[in-house]
Amino acid sequence: MTSSSDSTAAPAVRCTGLRQAFGDTVAVDGLDLEVRRGEVFGLLGPNGAGKTTTIRSITTLLPAPPGTVTVLGRDVARQKTQVRRLIGYVPQQLSADGTLTGRENVMLFARLFDVPRRARKVQVEGVLEAMDLVEAADRPVKTYSGGMVRRLELAQALVSAPQLLVLDEPTVGLDPVARDGVWERITRTRAETGMTVLVTTHAMQEADEHCERIALMHRGRVRALGTPEELKGAIGAGRDGGAATLDDVFRHHTGDTLDNDKGGIRDVRAARRTAGRLG
Amino acid sequence: MSAPLAAPPAAWVDTEPGPVALLRTALSRIATMCLVELQKLRHDRTELVTRAVQPALWLIIFGQVFTNIHAIPTGNIPYLDFLAPGILAQSALFIAIFYGIQIIWERDAGVLAKLLVTPTPRVALVAAKAFAAGVRAVAQAVVVLLLALVLGVSLTANPLKLLGVVVALMLGSAFFCCLSITIAGLVLSRDRLMGIGQAITMPLFFASNALYPVELMPTWLQWVNHVNPLSYEVEALRGLLIGAPARLGLCFGVLVLAAAVMITIASSLLPRLTR
Repeated sequence: MTSSSDSTAAPAVRCTGLRQAFGDTVAVDGLDLEVRRGEVFGLLGPNGAGKTTTIRSITTLLPAPPGTVTVLGRDVARQKTQVRRLIGYVPQQLSADGTLTGRENVMLFARLFDVPRRARKVQVEGVLEAMDLVEAADRPVKTYSGGMVRRLELAQALVSAPQLLVLDEPTVGLDPVARDGVWERITRTRAETGMTVLVTTHAMQEADEHCERIALMHRGRVRALGTPEELKGAIGAGRDGGAATLDDVFRHHTGDTLDNDKGGIRDVRAARRTAGRLG
Repeated sequence: MSAPLAAPPAAWVDTEPGPVALLRTALSRIATMCLVELQKLRHDRTELVTRAVQPALWLIIFGQVFTNIHAIPTGNIPYLDFLAPGILAQSALFIAIFYGIQIIWERDAGVLAKLLVTPTPRVALVAAKAFAAGVRAVAQAVVVLLLALVLGVSLTANPLKLLGVVVALMLGSAFFCCLSITIAGLVLSRDRLMGIGQAITMPLFFASNALYPVELMPTWLQWVNHVNPLSYEVEALRGLLIGAPARLGLCFGVLVLAAAVMITIASSLLPRLTR
């Protein structure tokens, strides 16, 4: 058992030699990763790079061998319940319940995280307000736009005051305005609460704009790690001779392009489903 | 944010919960998830009515015809009276057996993963689904029983026996709902689950005493009937509703045990769906 002094010094997430295989397919291949407390950390890579498998391991959905993954000093294999209490998780799909109202959706998560009865109402209102959903709160979620559903999911994830917010492709399928709206609220909440944000994306430009540090994943491993500036600076000029972009960084480290879709049919299906639900 | 978020008490995150805390959490979570299922039902009331159409047809068409031709000997009980409890159990079975599809849909929509990342025991998620299946079954039973009354079936008015009917329906639904979730946890895909669901519902139904007395069955089918929880559900319902001879103690014992075992198995398979 980790003592509390260890826990306060420990990084938000630490993966040590994490390996996850499904049959013959190795999704994550000896991953070493450290996310510092309080930072916005981006996990980048194409479909099939192992991002989602990594996220599943960190969020306790996928069993990881003891000692390979810790969240805020707690081993996800041995201290599952503790880890779950500390995490707010927004999956890739639009996962709010369409038949319930926005407020009912958030209230459910307040209950599931044992937010005390007295604080519950205030806290639910607080996150709904922070996500600009007060007016729509009593409408069924199936009437929401994609951006609104995403903000509602953030409200659900934030109502338990998590220390680590995990976002899997938070802006996939959203239009640019909704995308900015989502990022604006993530950034603001992070500034107010000091929580750690771990986000996966394959939108390079978004990562460049919003992440403090980035790990570039390819074929189950981290190929490059650093601030966006460090990563871009390290490779010099971009392909067209101008300033390097993260796309150039990616190409440099993998000899591959992001458009090259290596995702399995399950990824593709999930992405299409999300797009479908967005209308 | 206008209101600062209250951080969870430190005690929560510094120890893994012991058995007592786990039980308390499980009970509170079951209540929470049941509340959500009720909220969903409240937002979608039409479904409760449309689902009652099929059992109503069984009762009106199948029931009337077989009563008239006196093909099935049911002693001194009119066939329609004999059939009504069987149809209740059947309609509960048909609702519950497709709950696995709902779980797979929730998996595909990311809902399940999100719930599994909360500090909620898996058993609470499964038990809530079982409860929801039971609530739907009871709502449908009200419609079917009212119809049965109109058709002249003499039903008990004893509130305790009616309470027993509710309990029997809830337990039966819990078993079949969790059976369905278990299959979902094994096959992991909607198509395969649909196939298996359809393949097992009819045998479960026909190898039970829902439509005809056990004595009419060939011996091998009687054996299947003895291990089929649906038969115990029907026997209990028949005993309570129309006063037919029934081993109520045995029936409820079997139903409680079957539901408990199936909830346990389904909860242990649930995480497979999000891996």
